[in-house]
Amino acid sequence: MTAVDFTFLLFSITLICGGLFTVISRSPVHSVLWLILAFLSGAGLMVLLGAEFVAMLLIIVYVGAVAVLFLFVVMMLDVDFAVLRAEMAKSLPLALVIALVLVIQLVMVFGNWQTGAGVVMNDLPNSVGAGPHNTASIGLLLYDKYFLLFQLAGLILLVSMIGAIVLTLRHRRDIKRQDILAQMYRDPVKALDMHDIKPGQGL
Amino acid sequence: MADFLNTGLGTVVLIALECLLFTIILFVSLAFLMYADRKIWAAVQQRKGPNVVGVFGLLQSFADFIKYIAKEIVVPSGADKVVFFLAPMISFVLALIAWVVIPFNDGWVIANMNVAILYVFAMSSLEVYGVIMGGWASNSKYPFLGSLRSAAQMISYEVSIGLIIIGVVISTGSMNFSDIVEAQRGHFGLLNWYWLPHLPMVFLFLISAHAETNRPPFDLPEAESELVAGYQVEYSSTPFLLYMMGELIAIVLMCALMSILFFGGWLSPIPGLPDGILWLIAKMGFFFFIFSMTKAIVPRYRYDQLMRIGWKVFLPMSLGWVVLVAFLAKFGVLGGFWARWAIGG
Repeated sequence: MTAVDFTFLLFSITLICGGLFTVISRSPVHSVLWLILAFLSGAGLMVLLGAEFVAMLLIIVYVGAVAVLFLFVVMMLDVDFAVLRAEMAKSLPLALVIALVLVIQLVMVFGNWQTGAGVVMNDLPNSVGAGPHNTASIGLLLYDKYFLLFQLAGLILLVSMIGAIVLTLRHRRDIKRQDILAQMYRDPVKALDMHDIKPGQGL
Repeated sequence: MADFLNTGLGTVVLIALECLLFTIILFVSLAFLMYADRKIWAAVQQRKGPNVVGVFGLLQSFADFIKYIAKEIVVPSGADKVVFFLAPMISFVLALIAWVVIPFNDGWVIANMNVAILYVFAMSSLEVYGVIMGGWASNSKYPFLGSLRSAAQMISYEVSIGLIIIGVVISTGSMNFSDIVEAQRGHFGLLNWYWLPHLPMVFLFLISAHAETNRPPFDLPEAESELVAGYQVEYSSTPFLLYMMGELIAIVLMCALMSILFFGGWLSPIPGLPDGILWLIAKMGFFFFIFSMTKAIVPRYRYDQLMRIGWKVFLPMSLGWVVLVAFLAKFGVLGGFWARWAIGG
């Protein structure tokens, strides 16, 4: 077993264990932590495939931002998981049917999998051919070939961001607000009033 | 021997030895950095600082280390024990493994990655988990509030740090640290470094680095006047030591990033003098001195001010700078002052 095989096994076993414990773990916070482990192992597998840019993005976006959000929500929400589990038992047959359909689809896809000429399967160390490394390739594709689509995707994100802000923005006039500029331009000479008080006299 | 080093196992052993050597050097220098930090702080306040253990108190950190190890570990009742002990380990290990991509001299790097800068960024964005998990697992109010504050603060300032780094990456055309340093090589010594073309971002990065590592004046997660000690309240002995060392390692990492991104890494500031690791160490020492002095001189920020400056000042400024640098680099303004793509491709 080479070092690459060993690393592959390590990451894939951790990934599967992480996914499994995400589902079966009792505490919701532990579930999210196992999910994070699964994300990290996935990133490790991508590094092994030579897709280091995607791996780093996976860590930064999913683990660094999205999973933190999950963790916050799960910590804040007071959810009774025993009730949720009882609900889940009711819809178990439907879940099994969906899982079966997914498995059949995967079998159909991978049953017809054909490797292109000259591609060696299971060649992890050399999975990415010579040429510009994948950060440059992704950059060229996004900013040259699919420039318009990329901009459109950005526009959709912008619209959804503005939508989220508009939905949650409420102007309340009955509360006090800080005026940061007024705070910053406050002058000690005007704000402070110094008195020289004689002993025994008071102000 | 050479044959063995080329096999799979040999490579693993070699990398493990490199990591071990680096870790030992880092820990010993951390002990003296901690001592320097306390001495500088004391000098500003006209105190003597640690001066009992060893000559001039030089061995103070080692005495503290033994004390931390020997004390009893107190676990609060109702704490989630596994997560409670996992949290400081995560904090410590993540701070440590970010160092594998930092080059100390031409070719002196454990892992010469193409996406080195993204890797460091990813590891520092993971560090927030040590804090959140510690605060949650303590099962107590102050640690939890402290961890929420800390998480919000770290995430906010990561955004501006990321955008500042993008500016440097645009200038270099590569995410590899060695390429970034080589792109700053030139005939004019320190005038070729990135601090000149990216001057406003140097200050933004320094301030964001303070906020990202929870250093004063932004040490609100452990503001003792409000939260006792934030997420670290329930930690004692070795777990606390791990948190403290993780924090210090992250600070030194920020000093290294500062030196590499904006101040030429191992390059010599004066043309003609030889380049070398000593320059990098001197630069890192200088930035650590700035970190210590800030702790001593600047009063603590208020939390709403911190959030405001992060999102409403730093984020728009760094975003605008990325757009500006992209234009300056693309049109080769000032003879390619902002575009040094000969190195990175």
